[in-house]
Amino acid sequence: MSEIKKIRAPFDEATARGLQAGQCVLISGTIIAARDAAHKKMIEALDKGQALPVDLHGAVIYYVGPSPSKPGFVIGSAGPTTAGRMDAYAPRLIREAGLRGMIGKGYRKPEVVAAMQEYGVPYLAAVGGAGALIARCIKKYTVLAYAELGAEALAAMEVEDFPAIVVIDSKGNNYYEMGQAAYRQLA
Amino acid sequence: MREISVQHISDAVRELAIQACCILPQDVYAALAKSQESEPSPVGKSILKQIVKNADIARTDAVPMCQDTGITIIFAEVGQDVHIVGGSFEEAVNDGVRRGYSEGYLRKSMVAEPLFDRVNTKDNTPAMLHTRLVPGQHVRLRLAPKGAGSENKSMLKMLIPADGIEGVRKVVLEAVLAAGPNSCPPLVVGVGLGGSMEMAALCAKKAASRDLASSNPDPRYAAFEEELLELINKTGIGPQGLGGATTALKVHVEFCPTHIASLPVAVNINCHAARHAEILL
Repeated sequence: MSEIKKIRAPFDEATARGLQAGQCVLISGTIIAARDAAHKKMIEALDKGQALPVDLHGAVIYYVGPSPSKPGFVIGSAGPTTAGRMDAYAPRLIREAGLRGMIGKGYRKPEVVAAMQEYGVPYLAAVGGAGALIARCIKKYTVLAYAELGAEALAAMEVEDFPAIVVIDSKGNNYYEMGQAAYRQLA
Repeated sequence: MREISVQHISDAVRELAIQACCILPQDVYAALAKSQESEPSPVGKSILKQIVKNADIARTDAVPMCQDTGITIIFAEVGQDVHIVGGSFEEAVNDGVRRGYSEGYLRKSMVAEPLFDRVNTKDNTPAMLHTRLVPGQHVRLRLAPKGAGSENKSMLKMLIPADGIEGVRKVVLEAVLAAGPNSCPPLVVGVGLGGSMEMAALCAKKAASRDLASSNPDPRYAAFEEELLELINKTGIGPQGLGGATTALKVHVEFCPTHIASLPVAVNINCHAARHAEILL
């Protein structure tokens, strides 16, 4: 396994384009938490020509819906949710809002990968089901908009050494395909 | 006739919900720890290490292992010599879910109706309750919270007898390949064979939440479980779908008598946190 690379979010262009499929990274800085309902609302805002509640230029969206936080904790369990459910929305956020990175789990549709290649955007996976471990990397959680959505609200997360793996890089290399092919023993 | 109060039942469900979400059962923990040793992929190994560490943190901090604390599946076996006193059994179970999810800081993921409004019930009720009347004077409750990432990849096919064992292999493999990384492998795969459509699905669900140290008591089915596990682990999907030899920790098969013209196959996929907790009252 390659050496673990430390990177900062939001992503600048060099960071986003420099990430390679299969690379393990530790992310520090600020990422944006959003999942199904918040995406739907952001797309509705774009449709109406309204400004988004947060500037997504350079932003990294983390697909997550945390569990409630216990007293004395920053956040509850906060692992990634299935990214594919956001495939209908992601290309527009990349093309129209400047989204620069995504963190989730699972396969993406070809149209998302096409937008990623066009605009130099990587997709990273966090370990699904490692919500307690990931929560320890989240130092601050601030709801930015759509508070009525509860766990699905749009929020800023300050993270320190958040562990992730680059799955699809900005050139379209796909580590799900590469990694699985290396261990496949079926005809 | 033994009396059990609804309060006792509600309290038990509350505890089981919190325990199941925050403490990885020993059988699953042991299987994950073992897979760390055998996994040949360095990336896979590091993921399995993170998963085990996550279970340790969840237990220490008393927080859920995964934010998706699931739809609450409950298998209840009620002894026919038990008299439940003080109210309704089903209401007691749901009251326990309500208190467990609220007081345990678990995520509430249930919507009251699936198609139009999808309004959250805000307390994770109702539980998916499967109650059986059995001989005796005890109540056994087994609670298995189920996240949507894995539940959404379930599959049911009504095969015919001529499809045979090869047909079953194909359905199981199809479900696992479709699940890919989305269901958080390494998986626990539950296969339900026979019965009617809903009985096959129920068998698959029971199989997916069975203890990992167990095998089907019929040696032919136990051998089939092993064979399916080997087959699944040859897909290369690996931990989190990033490649490796540990795509599943275990395959469980449960079967039921069926019609002369039918061979129903249901596959219920569980993620690596094959959560379950049980109590005998």
